[in-house]
Amino acid sequence: MADPGPLIEPHIPALRRYAFALVRDRDRADDLVQDTLERALSRWRLRRADGDVRAWLFAILRNLHVSAWRRDHRHGPAAAIDETTMPAVAARQDAALEVRDVLAALDQLPEEQKSLLLLVGVEDFSYDDAARILGMPIGTVMSRLSRARQRLRSAVETGKVTLLRRVK
Amino acid sequence: MINDAPIVEDELQAHVDGRLPEARRAAVDAHLARHPDVRERVTLEMRQRASLRGQLEGKLAEPVPPRLRIANIQAARRATTMRRLRTVAAGLLIFAVGAGAGWLAADRETVASVSVPPATTAVAQNATAAYRTFVVEVAHPVEVASAQEGHLLQWLSRRLGKPLVAPDLTPFGYKLMGGRLLPGNGSAAAQLMYDDASGKRLTLYLRAAEGSETAFRFQREGDAATFAWIDQGFGFAVTAPVTREELLPIAEAVYRRFGSVSSSK
Repeated sequence: MADPGPLIEPHIPALRRYAFALVRDRDRADDLVQDTLERALSRWRLRRADGDVRAWLFAILRNLHVSAWRRDHRHGPAAAIDETTMPAVAARQDAALEVRDVLAALDQLPEEQKSLLLLVGVEDFSYDDAARILGMPIGTVMSRLSRARQRLRSAVETGKVTLLRRVK
Repeated sequence: MINDAPIVEDELQAHVDGRLPEARRAAVDAHLARHPDVRERVTLEMRQRASLRGQLEGKLAEPVPPRLRIANIQAARRATTMRRLRTVAAGLLIFAVGAGAGWLAADRETVASVSVPPATTAVAQNATAAYRTFVVEVAHPVEVASAQEGHLLQWLSRRLGKPLVAPDLTPFGYKLMGGRLLPGNGSAAAQLMYDDASGKRLTLYLRAAEGSETAFRFQREGDAATFAWIDQGFGFAVTAPVTREELLPIAEAVYRRFGSVSSSK
């Protein structure tokens, strides 16, 4: 059996980026990536030989993240919007403000919308691959993507308003 | 012509991602030119998409920490796998011997490698494994019953290379049921089993062990509590489903009993 290392290794930086965007904490993100790699190695022989290794790795990471989230949130409602993720000091330029707002605003979206925007918009997965990773019917990807972007726009707007009010 | 088909939201999304088929680009551009409100929204979505990518770009350039290197994870996995295989092998060996398959000399080394230091821990683990295997046994909890105590102790003593006594644990409410021979760290181990009026079972596990330490080591695995110690070249372990406080005086009594036997010899 070929050594999986050279096939997995090139995707680790992108896995770290996706994990960081999901959990927004360096160490916890790397924990998630480590769990992903361990699972990938232990299931290496079970993966579809003709399958795309990159999509497979992202699917493992996403599934681990969702199960961990469910475990952590079993006792109680979903976490409230965390205002501390908002920048404390207003940037002078609107462009900079907007950049920071997008990542912060992303946190306010449900996990599925967040993952969809990251997989399609940042990781450049095809719509079909993103649907498979997220376990959603391929025919629904576009409408879900549209809703996710709509939600992100309004989250960025709300973030800006909150920020400006706080800074005043 | 197909390119005049009305623009749908899916196509606007594909446009945001730069995934619009060539043939539809002109039609979408024309649509956006006619609808400034839609164009404004689509432009904003493209900008936010680019912002998100830019914000996360730095993550991609970061060096991968050592703990996420495949070679390191593989090395750690190999170590874990070996440990598990050894544990399974040891468990199978105990089972095989218990089932009457005899002494598997070839596998002695496997058992020995389970018993890495500290020796007391290894004794405790062997004892717990043996306890788990036989304490649930209804038909054959012991190989030789206490009715043949003389024969039992003579037999176990010869195999262990140590004069073995069955400590009297009646002051604690435990009566000797009997004993059996087990593989233990490359030589033989003995397990004496006691039970109390309620049927609760206690085992005394004994085998040759390196080291001269005599400190008690406590270990709990599930409901099974164990005190183990090394004394004069032998490892001892007392295991029962009781609290640490209940078990300690019993272990002390066993310790005293064997200590006095050896010193009187």
